Amino acid sequence: MRLGLRDDKLVLIKKGAEASLYLEEWHDRKVIMKRRLPKKYRIPELDLMIRSQRTMHEPHIIHKAKEAGVPTPTIFMVDVADANIVMEFVEGKQVKEVLDNVSKEERLGLCILIGSLIGRLHKNGIIHGDLTTSNMILTPYGKVVFVDFGLSERSIELEPKGVDLHLMKRTLHSTHYKHAKECFKAVMEGYAEAVGQEETKKVTTKIREIEKRGRYVADRE
Amino acid sequence: MTAHNSVDSYCLGIESTADDFGVAVVSFEGKVLSNANDAYMPKEGGIHPREAARHHAEVSEKVLTEAFDKAEIKPRDICLVAFSQGPGLGPCLRTGATAARALASYLDVPLVGVNHCVGHIEIGKLATGATDPVTLYVSGGNTIVSAFEAGRYRIFGETLDIAMGNCLDVFARAVGLQQRKGAPFGAVVEELARKGKQFVSLPYTVKGMDLSFSGLLTASVQAFQSEKYSLEDVCFSLQEVAFSMLTEVTERALAHTQKPEVLLTGGVAANKKLQSMLKVIAEEHDARFCVVPLRLAADNGAMIAWAGILAYKSGISTPVEKSFVNVKWRLEEVIAPWVEGR
Repeated sequence: MRLGLRDDKLVLIKKGAEASLYLEEWHDRKVIMKRRLPKKYRIPELDLMIRSQRTMHEPHIIHKAKEAGVPTPTIFMVDVADANIVMEFVEGKQVKEVLDNVSKEERLGLCILIGSLIGRLHKNGIIHGDLTTSNMILTPYGKVVFVDFGLSERSIELEPKGVDLHLMKRTLHSTHYKHAKECFKAVMEGYAEAVGQEETKKVTTKIREIEKRGRYVADRE
Repeated sequence: MTAHNSVDSYCLGIESTADDFGVAVVSFEGKVLSNANDAYMPKEGGIHPREAARHHAEVSEKVLTEAFDKAEIKPRDICLVAFSQGPGLGPCLRTGATAARALASYLDVPLVGVNHCVGHIEIGKLATGATDPVTLYVSGGNTIVSAFEAGRYRIFGETLDIAMGNCLDVFARAVGLQQRKGAPFGAVVEELARKGKQFVSLPYTVKGMDLSFSGLLTASVQAFQSEKYSLEDVCFSLQEVAFSMLTEVTERALAHTQKPEVLLTGGVAANKKLQSMLKVIAEEHDARFCVVPLRLAADNGAMIAWAGILAYKSGISTPVEKSFVNVKWRLEEVIAPWVEGR
Protein backbone atom coordinates (compact mmCIF):
# COMPACT_ATOMS: atom_id res chain seq x y z
CA MET A 1 0.00 0.00 0.00
CA ARG A 2 2.74 2.42 -0.88
CA LEU A 3 1.65 5.97 -1.61
CA GLY A 4 -1.74 5.13 -0.12
CA LEU A 5 -2.78 3.58 -3.41
CA ARG A 6 -4.77 0.39 -3.61
CA ASP A 7 -3.74 -1.84 -6.45
CA ASP A 8 -7.15 -3.53 -6.62
CA LYS A 9 -8.81 -0.22 -7.43
CA LEU A 10 -6.50 0.75 -10.28
CA VAL A 11 -8.26 1.32 -13.57
CA LEU A 12 -6.02 1.05 -16.61
CA ILE A 13 -6.85 3.84 -19.02
CA LYS A 14 -3.90 3.71 -21.40
CA LYS A 15 -1.29 1.05 -22.02
CA GLY A 16 1.73 2.34 -23.85
CA ALA A 17 4.89 0.52 -24.82
CA GLU A 18 6.85 2.33 -22.15
CA ALA A 19 4.37 3.33 -19.46
CA SER A 20 0.81 2.64 -18.40
CA LEU A 21 -1.71 5.15 -17.09
CA TYR A 22 -4.13 4.29 -14.31
CA LEU A 23 -7.04 6.23 -12.94
CA GLU A 24 -7.10 6.20 -9.16
CA GLU A 25 -8.55 7.85 -6.06
CA TRP A 26 -5.91 9.35 -3.85
CA HIS A 27 -6.77 11.34 -0.74
CA ASP A 28 -10.28 11.93 -2.10
CA ARG A 29 -8.88 13.20 -5.32
CA LYS A 30 -9.10 11.75 -8.80
CA VAL A 31 -5.52 11.16 -9.91
CA ILE A 32 -3.58 9.65 -12.76
CA MET A 33 -0.86 7.24 -11.88
CA LYS A 34 1.81 6.78 -14.50
CA ARG A 35 3.69 3.54 -13.98
CA ARG A 36 6.80 2.52 -15.78
CA LEU A 37 6.73 -1.22 -15.46
CA PRO A 38 9.87 -3.35 -15.52
CA LYS A 39 10.80 -4.80 -18.89
CA LYS A 40 11.73 -8.45 -18.88
CA TYR A 41 14.06 -8.19 -21.85
CA ARG A 42 16.64 -5.97 -20.16
CA ILE A 43 18.85 -6.71 -17.18
CA PRO A 44 17.61 -5.36 -13.81
CA GLU A 45 20.42 -2.80 -13.39
CA LEU A 46 19.71 -1.18 -16.74
CA ASP A 47 15.96 -1.52 -16.33
CA LEU A 48 15.99 0.33 -13.01
CA MET A 49 18.28 3.02 -14.38
CA ILE A 50 16.06 3.76 -17.38
CA ARG A 51 12.81 3.71 -15.43
CA SER A 52 14.08 5.88 -12.59
CA GLN A 53 15.77 8.37 -14.95
CA ARG A 54 12.57 8.83 -16.90
CA THR A 55 10.50 9.05 -13.74
CA MET A 56 12.68 11.92 -12.59
CA HIS A 57 12.95 13.55 -15.98
CA GLU A 58 9.24 13.82 -16.73
CA PRO A 59 8.09 15.75 -13.61
CA HIS A 60 11.12 17.97 -13.98
CA ILE A 61 10.26 18.96 -17.53
CA ILE A 62 6.56 19.30 -16.60
CA HIS A 63 7.65 21.79 -13.98
CA LYS A 64 9.79 23.65 -16.50
CA ALA A 65 6.75 23.86 -18.78
CA LYS A 66 4.76 25.48 -15.96
CA GLU A 67 7.53 28.03 -15.55
CA ALA A 68 7.22 28.76 -19.25
CA GLY A 69 3.53 29.47 -18.74
CA VAL A 70 2.20 26.29 -20.27
CA PRO A 71 -0.49 24.53 -18.23
CA THR A 72 0.49 20.97 -17.27
CA PRO A 73 -0.87 18.53 -14.68
CA THR A 74 0.09 19.10 -11.06
CA ILE A 75 2.51 16.49 -9.82
CA PHE A 76 1.50 15.08 -6.43
CA MET A 77 4.05 12.39 -5.85
CA VAL A 78 7.11 10.94 -7.51
CA ASP A 79 8.27 7.52 -6.45
CA VAL A 80 11.58 7.02 -8.20
CA ALA A 81 12.30 3.59 -6.73
CA ASP A 82 9.09 2.15 -8.12
CA ALA A 83 9.01 4.41 -11.18
CA ASN A 84 5.56 5.81 -10.39
CA ILE A 85 4.27 9.33 -10.83
CA VAL A 86 1.00 10.44 -9.26
CA MET A 87 -0.43 13.49 -10.96
CA GLU A 88 -3.59 15.50 -11.35
CA PHE A 89 -6.37 14.07 -13.42
CA VAL A 90 -7.14 16.98 -15.70
CA GLU A 91 -10.89 17.45 -16.07
CA GLY A 92 -11.90 18.28 -19.59
CA LYS A 93 -11.95 16.89 -23.09
CA GLN A 94 -9.16 15.85 -25.39
CA VAL A 95 -8.65 18.44 -28.12
CA LYS A 96 -8.89 15.48 -30.51
CA GLU A 97 -12.58 15.08 -29.64
CA VAL A 98 -13.40 18.76 -29.71
CA LEU A 99 -11.60 20.20 -32.70
CA ASP A 100 -13.97 19.03 -35.44
CA ASN A 101 -17.12 19.72 -33.45
CA VAL A 102 -16.93 23.43 -32.74
CA SER A 103 -17.55 26.54 -34.80
CA LYS A 104 -14.84 27.72 -37.18
CA GLU A 105 -14.15 30.69 -34.98
CA GLU A 106 -13.71 28.56 -31.87
CA ARG A 107 -11.60 26.06 -33.77
CA LEU A 108 -9.18 28.65 -35.04
CA GLY A 109 -9.04 30.31 -31.62
CA LEU A 110 -8.17 26.96 -30.07
CA CYS A 111 -5.43 26.35 -32.64
CA ILE A 112 -3.93 29.80 -32.09
CA LEU A 113 -3.86 29.08 -28.34
CA ILE A 114 -2.21 25.69 -28.91
CA GLY A 115 0.33 27.27 -31.23
CA SER A 116 1.25 29.93 -28.69
CA LEU A 117 1.68 27.26 -26.00
CA ILE A 118 3.98 25.24 -28.26
CA GLY A 119 5.86 28.47 -28.95
CA ARG A 120 6.32 29.06 -25.23
CA LEU A 121 7.66 25.55 -24.74
CA HIS A 122 10.14 25.93 -27.59
CA LYS A 123 11.19 29.40 -26.50
CA ASN A 124 12.13 27.88 -23.16
CA GLY A 125 14.06 24.99 -24.64
CA ILE A 126 11.38 22.35 -24.14
CA ILE A 127 10.55 19.90 -26.90
CA HIS A 128 7.34 17.99 -26.14
CA GLY A 129 8.16 15.04 -28.39
CA ASP A 130 4.59 13.83 -28.91
CA LEU A 131 2.42 16.75 -29.96
CA THR A 132 -0.83 15.07 -30.88
CA THR A 133 -4.32 16.40 -30.20
CA SER A 134 -4.94 13.53 -27.79
CA ASN A 135 -2.17 14.86 -25.55
CA MET A 136 -3.92 18.21 -25.13
CA ILE A 137 -6.87 18.63 -22.75
CA LEU A 138 -9.36 21.47 -23.10
CA THR A 139 -10.68 22.29 -19.64
CA PRO A 140 -14.20 23.62 -18.94
CA TYR A 141 -12.56 26.98 -18.25
CA GLY A 142 -11.10 27.18 -21.74
CA LYS A 143 -7.53 26.41 -20.76
CA VAL A 144 -5.49 23.91 -22.78
CA VAL A 145 -3.37 21.58 -20.65
CA PHE A 146 -0.49 19.67 -22.24
CA VAL A 147 -0.04 16.15 -20.93
CA ASP A 148 2.33 13.22 -21.50
CA PHE A 149 5.86 14.56 -21.51
CA GLY A 150 7.21 11.02 -21.68
CA LEU A 151 9.09 11.65 -24.92
CA SER A 152 10.13 15.20 -24.14
CA GLU A 153 13.64 16.59 -24.22
CA ARG A 154 15.50 19.83 -23.59
CA SER A 155 16.82 21.53 -26.69
CA ILE A 156 17.08 24.98 -28.23
CA GLU A 157 18.00 23.69 -31.68
CA LEU A 158 15.90 24.18 -34.77
CA GLU A 159 15.75 20.52 -35.80
CA PRO A 160 13.76 19.12 -32.82
CA LYS A 161 11.45 22.14 -32.91
CA GLY A 162 10.73 21.38 -36.55
CA VAL A 163 10.16 17.70 -35.81
CA ASP A 164 7.83 18.64 -32.93
CA LEU A 165 5.66 20.88 -35.11
CA HIS A 166 5.83 18.48 -38.00
CA LEU A 167 4.21 15.82 -35.84
CA MET A 168 1.51 18.34 -34.94
CA LYS A 169 0.92 18.93 -38.63
CA ARG A 170 0.79 15.21 -39.37
CA THR A 171 -1.75 14.70 -36.59
CA LEU A 172 -3.94 17.45 -37.98
CA HIS A 173 -3.77 15.94 -41.45
CA SER A 174 -4.50 12.39 -40.32
CA THR A 175 -7.06 13.02 -37.57
CA HIS A 176 -8.61 16.34 -38.48
CA TYR A 177 -8.17 16.29 -42.24
CA LYS A 178 -11.29 18.38 -42.95
CA HIS A 179 -9.78 21.44 -41.33
CA ALA A 180 -6.11 20.51 -41.28
CA LYS A 181 -4.83 23.36 -43.43
CA GLU A 182 -6.58 26.21 -41.66
CA CYS A 183 -5.82 24.63 -38.28
CA PHE A 184 -2.09 24.37 -38.87
CA LYS A 185 -2.01 27.89 -40.24
CA ALA A 186 -3.63 29.05 -37.00
CA VAL A 187 -1.18 26.99 -34.93
CA MET A 188 1.71 28.74 -36.66
CA GLU A 189 0.03 32.08 -36.16
CA GLY A 190 -0.12 31.42 -32.42
CA TYR A 191 3.44 30.12 -32.50
CA ALA A 192 4.60 33.39 -34.04
CA GLU A 193 2.88 35.32 -31.24
CA ALA A 194 5.10 33.50 -28.76
CA VAL A 195 8.44 33.34 -30.56
CA GLY A 196 8.27 36.15 -33.11
CA GLN A 197 8.08 36.22 -36.90
CA GLU A 198 11.76 35.68 -37.61
CA GLU A 199 12.06 32.48 -35.58
CA THR A 200 8.74 31.23 -36.99
CA LYS A 201 10.09 31.68 -40.50
CA LYS A 202 13.15 29.60 -39.66
CA VAL A 203 11.07 26.85 -38.08
CA THR A 204 8.66 26.82 -41.02
CA THR A 205 11.56 26.37 -43.44
CA LYS A 206 12.82 23.54 -41.21
CA ILE A 207 9.43 21.82 -41.26
CA ARG A 208 9.42 21.94 -45.04
CA GLU A 209 12.94 20.50 -45.12
CA ILE A 210 11.91 17.65 -42.80
CA GLU A 211 8.94 16.86 -45.02
CA LYS A 212 11.12 16.77 -48.11
CA ARG A 213 13.61 14.34 -46.58
CA GLY A 214 11.27 11.64 -47.67
CA ARG A 215 11.02 10.06 -44.30
CA TYR A 216 7.41 11.10 -44.32
CA VAL A 217 6.86 10.69 -48.03
CA ALA A 218 3.11 10.20 -47.64
CA ASP A 219 2.84 13.74 -46.32
CA ARG A 220 4.37 15.41 -49.34
CA GLU A 221 1.95 17.84 -50.84
CA MET B 1 4.11 -6.08 -70.02
CA THR B 2 3.49 -9.75 -69.38
CA ALA B 3 5.17 -11.05 -66.29
CA HIS B 4 7.05 -14.31 -66.38
CA ASN B 5 5.52 -16.73 -63.96
CA SER B 6 6.32 -20.27 -65.03
CA VAL B 7 8.19 -22.99 -63.18
CA ASP B 8 11.22 -22.41 -65.38
CA SER B 9 11.67 -18.71 -64.65
CA TYR B 10 14.87 -17.72 -62.88
CA CYS B 11 16.23 -14.42 -61.67
CA LEU B 12 19.87 -13.57 -61.24
CA GLY B 13 20.46 -11.22 -58.32
CA ILE B 14 23.60 -9.14 -57.83
CA GLU B 15 24.40 -7.55 -54.49
CA SER B 16 27.29 -5.11 -54.08
CA THR B 17 26.31 -2.33 -51.68
CA ALA B 18 29.27 -2.63 -49.34
CA ASP B 19 31.92 -5.26 -48.56
CA ASP B 20 30.03 -8.24 -49.96
CA PHE B 21 29.83 -9.19 -53.60
CA GLY B 22 27.03 -11.70 -53.95
CA VAL B 23 25.37 -13.41 -56.88
CA ALA B 24 22.38 -15.72 -56.58
CA VAL B 25 19.92 -17.59 -58.74
CA VAL B 26 16.37 -17.66 -57.41
CA SER B 27 13.32 -19.19 -59.07
CA PHE B 28 10.15 -17.14 -59.52
CA GLU B 29 8.51 -19.40 -56.95
CA GLY B 30 11.04 -18.34 -54.35
CA LYS B 31 13.49 -21.22 -54.36
CA VAL B 32 17.10 -20.19 -53.79
CA LEU B 33 19.14 -22.31 -56.21
CA SER B 34 22.48 -20.75 -55.43
CA ASN B 35 23.79 -17.90 -53.32
CA ALA B 36 27.49 -17.28 -54.03
CA ASN B 37 29.49 -14.65 -52.18
CA ASP B 38 32.94 -13.18 -51.78
CA ALA B 39 33.60 -10.58 -49.10
CA TYR B 40 36.24 -7.87 -49.22
CA MET B 41 38.40 -8.11 -46.11
CA PRO B 42 40.37 -4.95 -45.39
CA LYS B 43 43.78 -5.61 -43.83
CA GLU B 44 43.08 -2.84 -41.36
CA GLY B 45 40.34 -0.31 -40.66
CA GLY B 46 36.89 -0.25 -42.21
CA ILE B 47 35.69 -0.56 -45.77
CA HIS B 48 37.56 1.61 -48.26
CA PRO B 49 34.89 2.13 -50.95
CA ARG B 50 37.28 2.17 -53.91
CA GLU B 51 39.26 -0.80 -52.66
CA ALA B 52 36.04 -2.73 -52.06
CA ALA B 53 34.81 -1.87 -55.57
CA ARG B 54 38.12 -3.10 -57.01
CA HIS B 55 37.68 -6.34 -55.08
CA HIS B 56 34.15 -6.75 -56.45
CA ALA B 57 35.34 -6.27 -60.02
CA GLU B 58 38.12 -8.82 -59.51
CA VAL B 59 35.90 -11.54 -58.06
CA SER B 60 32.79 -10.90 -60.16
CA GLU B 61 33.57 -13.50 -62.80
CA LYS B 62 34.43 -16.14 -60.20
CA VAL B 63 31.30 -15.49 -58.12
CA LEU B 64 29.05 -15.38 -61.19
CA THR B 65 30.41 -18.71 -62.43
CA GLU B 66 29.95 -20.22 -59.00
CA ALA B 67 26.33 -19.04 -58.87
CA PHE B 68 25.54 -20.62 -62.25
CA ASP B 69 27.41 -23.86 -61.44
CA LYS B 70 25.71 -24.36 -58.09
CA ALA B 71 22.29 -23.59 -59.52
CA GLU B 72 23.01 -26.00 -62.38
CA ILE B 73 21.51 -23.71 -64.96
CA LYS B 74 22.91 -21.94 -67.99
CA PRO B 75 22.99 -18.16 -68.37
CA ARG B 76 20.35 -18.54 -71.11
CA ASP B 77 17.87 -19.86 -68.50
CA ILE B 78 17.88 -16.50 -66.76
CA CYS B 79 14.89 -14.32 -67.62
CA LEU B 80 15.45 -11.41 -65.22
CA VAL B 81 18.49 -9.64 -63.78
CA ALA B 82 18.12 -7.81 -60.46
CA PHE B 83 20.77 -5.66 -58.82
CA SER B 84 20.99 -3.58 -55.68
CA GLN B 85 20.60 0.01 -56.81
CA GLY B 86 21.05 1.59 -53.36
CA PRO B 87 21.49 2.67 -50.66
CA GLY B 88 25.17 1.91 -50.24
CA LEU B 89 28.71 2.88 -51.19
CA GLY B 90 28.80 4.49 -54.64
CA PRO B 91 31.82 2.73 -56.16
CA CYS B 92 30.62 -0.67 -54.90
CA LEU B 93 27.08 -0.17 -56.15
CA ARG B 94 28.34 0.94 -59.56
CA THR B 95 30.44 -2.20 -59.95
CA GLY B 96 27.41 -4.43 -59.37
CA ALA B 97 25.19 -2.25 -61.53
CA THR B 98 27.67 -2.39 -64.41
CA ALA B 99 27.77 -6.18 -64.28
CA ALA B 100 23.96 -6.34 -64.10
CA ARG B 101 23.48 -4.00 -67.09
CA ALA B 102 25.98 -5.93 -69.18
CA LEU B 103 24.35 -9.27 -68.37
CA ALA B 104 20.81 -8.06 -68.97
CA SER B 105 21.79 -6.58 -72.34
CA TYR B 106 23.76 -9.65 -73.35
CA LEU B 107 20.99 -12.06 -72.34
CA ASP B 108 18.36 -9.65 -73.64
CA VAL B 109 16.26 -9.90 -70.49
CA PRO B 110 14.68 -7.17 -68.34
CA LEU B 111 16.65 -5.41 -65.62
CA VAL B 112 15.27 -4.41 -62.24
CA GLY B 113 16.92 -2.19 -59.68
CA VAL B 114 16.23 -3.24 -56.09
CA ASN B 115 16.36 -1.23 -52.88
CA HIS B 116 18.82 -3.02 -50.61
CA CYS B 117 16.64 -2.54 -47.48
CA VAL B 118 13.59 -3.94 -49.26
CA GLY B 119 15.77 -6.95 -50.16
CA HIS B 120 16.54 -7.67 -46.50
CA ILE B 121 12.87 -7.41 -45.51
CA GLU B 122 11.57 -9.53 -48.39
CA ILE B 123 14.09 -12.35 -47.98
CA GLY B 124 13.23 -12.42 -44.26
CA LYS B 125 9.55 -12.74 -45.10
CA LEU B 126 10.21 -15.43 -47.70
CA ALA B 127 12.38 -17.51 -45.39
CA THR B 128 10.17 -17.26 -42.31
CA GLY B 129 6.71 -17.07 -43.85
CA ALA B 130 6.03 -13.72 -42.19
CA THR B 131 3.34 -11.78 -44.04
CA ASP B 132 2.94 -8.39 -42.36
CA PRO B 133 5.66 -7.89 -39.75
CA VAL B 134 7.21 -5.06 -37.81
CA THR B 135 10.78 -5.44 -39.08
CA LEU B 136 13.95 -4.63 -37.22
CA TYR B 137 16.65 -4.43 -39.88
CA VAL B 138 20.08 -4.19 -38.31
CA SER B 139 23.36 -4.40 -40.19
CA GLY B 140 26.70 -2.69 -40.65
CA GLY B 141 25.16 0.16 -42.60
CA ASN B 142 21.53 0.32 -41.51
CA THR B 143 19.38 0.32 -38.37
CA ILE B 144 15.70 0.64 -39.23
CA VAL B 145 12.39 -0.27 -37.61
CA SER B 146 9.75 -0.46 -40.27
CA ALA B 147 6.30 -1.79 -41.07
CA PHE B 148 4.15 -1.81 -44.17
CA GLU B 149 1.51 0.89 -44.22
CA ALA B 150 -0.43 2.31 -47.17
CA GLY B 151 1.66 0.97 -50.03
CA ARG B 152 5.16 1.33 -48.64
CA TYR B 153 7.48 0.10 -45.92
CA ARG B 154 7.29 3.02 -43.50
CA ILE B 155 10.14 3.87 -41.19
CA PHE B 156 9.02 4.09 -37.57
CA GLY B 157 12.46 4.57 -36.11
CA GLU B 158 16.05 4.57 -37.24
CA THR B 159 19.54 5.51 -36.18
CA LEU B 160 20.37 9.19 -36.10
CA ASP B 161 24.09 8.56 -36.57
CA ILE B 162 25.92 5.26 -37.03
CA ALA B 163 24.38 1.83 -37.61
CA MET B 164 24.27 -0.87 -34.95
CA GLY B 165 26.67 -3.15 -36.80
CA ASN B 166 29.03 -0.27 -37.45
CA CYS B 167 29.07 0.51 -33.73
CA LEU B 168 30.07 -3.09 -32.93
CA ASP B 169 32.68 -3.18 -35.71
CA VAL B 170 34.37 0.07 -34.76
CA PHE B 171 34.32 -0.86 -31.07
CA ALA B 172 35.88 -4.25 -31.80
CA ARG B 173 38.62 -2.69 -33.90
CA ALA B 174 39.30 0.02 -31.32
CA VAL B 175 39.83 -2.52 -28.54
CA GLY B 176 42.09 -4.64 -30.73
CA LEU B 177 39.85 -7.59 -31.62
CA GLN B 178 40.34 -9.52 -34.83
CA GLN B 179 37.67 -10.88 -37.12
CA ARG B 180 38.01 -14.24 -38.76
CA LYS B 181 36.38 -15.89 -41.75
CA GLY B 182 33.02 -17.05 -40.47
CA ALA B 183 33.33 -14.95 -37.32
CA PRO B 184 32.82 -11.26 -38.08
CA PHE B 185 33.37 -8.61 -35.41
CA GLY B 186 29.79 -8.88 -34.19
CA ALA B 187 30.21 -12.58 -33.48
CA VAL B 188 33.53 -11.98 -31.68
CA VAL B 189 31.91 -9.34 -29.43
CA GLU B 190 28.96 -11.66 -28.78
CA GLU B 191 31.31 -14.46 -27.76
CA LEU B 192 33.11 -12.23 -25.25
CA ALA B 193 29.84 -10.72 -24.00
CA ARG B 194 28.65 -14.16 -22.95
CA LYS B 195 31.52 -14.29 -20.46
CA GLY B 196 30.76 -10.82 -19.06
CA LYS B 197 29.11 -10.55 -15.66
CA GLN B 198 29.39 -7.05 -14.33
CA PHE B 199 27.27 -4.32 -15.86
CA VAL B 200 29.14 -1.14 -16.75
CA SER B 201 26.90 1.93 -16.97
CA LEU B 202 26.87 3.24 -20.57
CA PRO B 203 24.75 5.93 -22.27
CA TYR B 204 21.33 4.77 -23.38
CA THR B 205 20.05 7.04 -26.15
CA VAL B 206 16.52 6.69 -27.47
CA LYS B 207 14.99 9.88 -28.83
CA GLY B 208 11.35 9.23 -29.39
CA MET B 209 11.45 6.46 -31.96
CA ASP B 210 15.00 7.10 -33.09
CA LEU B 211 18.30 5.80 -31.79
CA SER B 212 21.83 7.05 -31.46
CA PHE B 213 24.88 4.81 -31.09
CA SER B 214 27.85 7.15 -31.43
CA GLY B 215 27.92 8.17 -27.75
CA LEU B 216 27.59 4.57 -26.69
CA LEU B 217 30.50 3.62 -28.94
CA THR B 218 32.79 6.31 -27.50
CA ALA B 219 31.81 5.49 -23.91
CA SER B 220 32.39 1.76 -24.47
CA VAL B 221 35.85 2.31 -25.91
CA GLN B 222 36.69 4.69 -23.06
CA ALA B 223 35.39 2.22 -20.46
CA PHE B 224 37.77 -0.40 -21.83
CA GLN B 225 40.70 2.02 -22.10
CA SER B 226 40.21 3.11 -18.48
CA GLU B 227 41.38 -0.41 -17.52
CA LYS B 228 38.75 -0.45 -14.80
CA TYR B 229 36.67 -3.08 -16.51
CA SER B 230 37.39 -6.32 -18.29
CA LEU B 231 36.78 -6.52 -22.04
CA GLU B 232 34.16 -9.20 -21.40
CA ASP B 233 32.21 -6.89 -19.09
CA VAL B 234 32.36 -4.00 -21.56
CA CYS B 235 31.19 -6.23 -24.43
CA PHE B 236 28.39 -7.54 -22.23
CA SER B 237 27.28 -4.03 -21.23
CA LEU B 238 27.57 -2.63 -24.76
CA GLN B 239 25.30 -5.38 -26.05
CA GLU B 240 22.82 -5.02 -23.19
CA VAL B 241 22.47 -1.26 -23.71
CA ALA B 242 22.43 -1.29 -27.52
CA PHE B 243 20.01 -4.20 -27.83
CA SER B 244 17.70 -2.80 -25.14
CA MET B 245 17.51 0.39 -27.19
CA LEU B 246 16.63 -1.59 -30.33
CA THR B 247 14.07 -3.66 -28.46
CA GLU B 248 12.39 -0.63 -26.90
CA VAL B 249 11.89 1.08 -30.26
CA THR B 250 10.70 -2.14 -31.90
CA GLU B 251 8.21 -2.67 -29.08
CA ARG B 252 6.86 0.83 -29.49
CA ALA B 253 6.32 0.25 -33.23
CA LEU B 254 4.66 -3.07 -32.43
CA ALA B 255 2.33 -1.50 -29.86
CA HIS B 256 1.46 1.24 -32.31
CA THR B 257 0.86 -0.89 -35.41
CA GLN B 258 -0.39 -4.08 -33.68
CA LYS B 259 1.17 -6.18 -36.42
CA PRO B 260 1.00 -9.98 -36.04
CA GLU B 261 4.74 -10.61 -36.45
CA VAL B 262 8.16 -9.29 -35.50
CA LEU B 263 10.88 -9.93 -38.07
CA LEU B 264 14.56 -9.59 -37.32
CA THR B 265 16.75 -9.26 -40.42
CA GLY B 266 20.19 -8.01 -41.56
CA GLY B 267 23.68 -9.07 -40.52
CA VAL B 268 23.24 -8.37 -36.79
CA ALA B 269 20.17 -10.66 -36.80
CA ALA B 270 22.64 -13.49 -36.28
CA ASN B 271 23.15 -12.32 -32.68
CA LYS B 272 21.48 -14.74 -30.26
CA LYS B 273 21.21 -12.20 -27.47
CA LEU B 274 19.33 -9.74 -29.67
CA GLN B 275 17.08 -12.57 -30.87
CA SER B 276 16.17 -13.55 -27.32
CA MET B 277 15.29 -9.97 -26.34
CA LEU B 278 13.02 -9.41 -29.33
CA LYS B 279 11.36 -12.74 -28.69
CA VAL B 280 10.26 -11.48 -25.28
CA ILE B 281 8.44 -8.43 -26.64
CA ALA B 282 6.93 -10.41 -29.52
CA GLU B 283 5.42 -12.85 -27.04
CA GLU B 284 4.14 -10.05 -24.82
CA HIS B 285 2.25 -8.57 -27.76
CA ASP B 286 1.02 -11.93 -29.06
CA ALA B 287 3.10 -11.57 -32.19
CA ARG B 288 5.05 -14.35 -33.86
CA PHE B 289 8.81 -13.87 -33.66
CA CYS B 290 10.62 -14.50 -36.95
CA VAL B 291 14.33 -14.32 -37.59
CA VAL B 292 16.05 -14.57 -40.94
CA PRO B 293 18.22 -17.72 -41.20
CA LEU B 294 21.95 -17.17 -40.82
CA ARG B 295 22.80 -17.87 -44.47
CA LEU B 296 20.44 -15.09 -45.57
CA ALA B 297 21.15 -12.63 -42.75
CA ALA B 298 24.15 -10.76 -44.16
CA ASP B 299 24.14 -9.04 -47.55
CA ASN B 300 23.51 -11.60 -50.28
CA GLY B 301 22.42 -11.93 -53.89
CA ALA B 302 19.35 -14.04 -53.09
CA MET B 303 17.57 -11.17 -51.34
CA ILE B 304 18.15 -8.93 -54.34
CA ALA B 305 16.94 -11.60 -56.75
CA TRP B 306 13.81 -12.26 -54.69
CA ALA B 307 12.91 -8.59 -54.22
CA GLY B 308 13.53 -8.16 -57.97
CA ILE B 309 11.14 -10.99 -58.77
CA LEU B 310 8.42 -9.48 -56.56
CA ALA B 311 8.81 -6.07 -58.17
CA TYR B 312 8.91 -7.52 -61.68
CA LYS B 313 5.82 -9.65 -61.11
CA SER B 314 3.93 -6.49 -60.19
CA GLY B 315 5.02 -4.79 -63.39
CA ILE B 316 8.16 -2.97 -62.28
CA SER B 317 11.40 -2.99 -64.29
CA THR B 318 14.28 -0.58 -64.69
CA PRO B 319 15.29 0.53 -68.17
CA VAL B 320 19.07 0.69 -68.55
CA GLU B 321 19.00 4.46 -69.05
CA LYS B 322 17.33 4.81 -65.64
CA SER B 323 19.50 2.27 -63.86
CA PHE B 324 21.94 4.72 -62.26
CA VAL B 325 22.65 3.91 -58.64
CA ASN B 326 21.08 5.89 -55.79
CA VAL B 327 23.43 5.89 -52.81
CA LYS B 328 20.84 7.50 -50.52
CA TRP B 329 17.76 5.64 -51.65
CA ARG B 330 15.45 5.57 -48.63
CA LEU B 331 13.30 2.58 -47.84
CA GLU B 332 10.02 4.47 -47.73
CA GLU B 333 10.57 5.98 -51.17
CA VAL B 334 9.88 2.56 -52.65
CA ILE B 335 6.31 1.91 -53.72
CA ALA B 336 5.68 -1.76 -53.04
CA PRO B 337 2.56 -2.93 -54.92
CA TRP B 338 3.50 -6.59 -54.39
CA VAL B 339 2.87 -6.42 -50.65
CA GLU B 340 -0.56 -7.44 -49.49
CA GLY B 341 -0.65 -5.55 -46.24
CA ARG B 342 -2.71 -2.87 -44.70
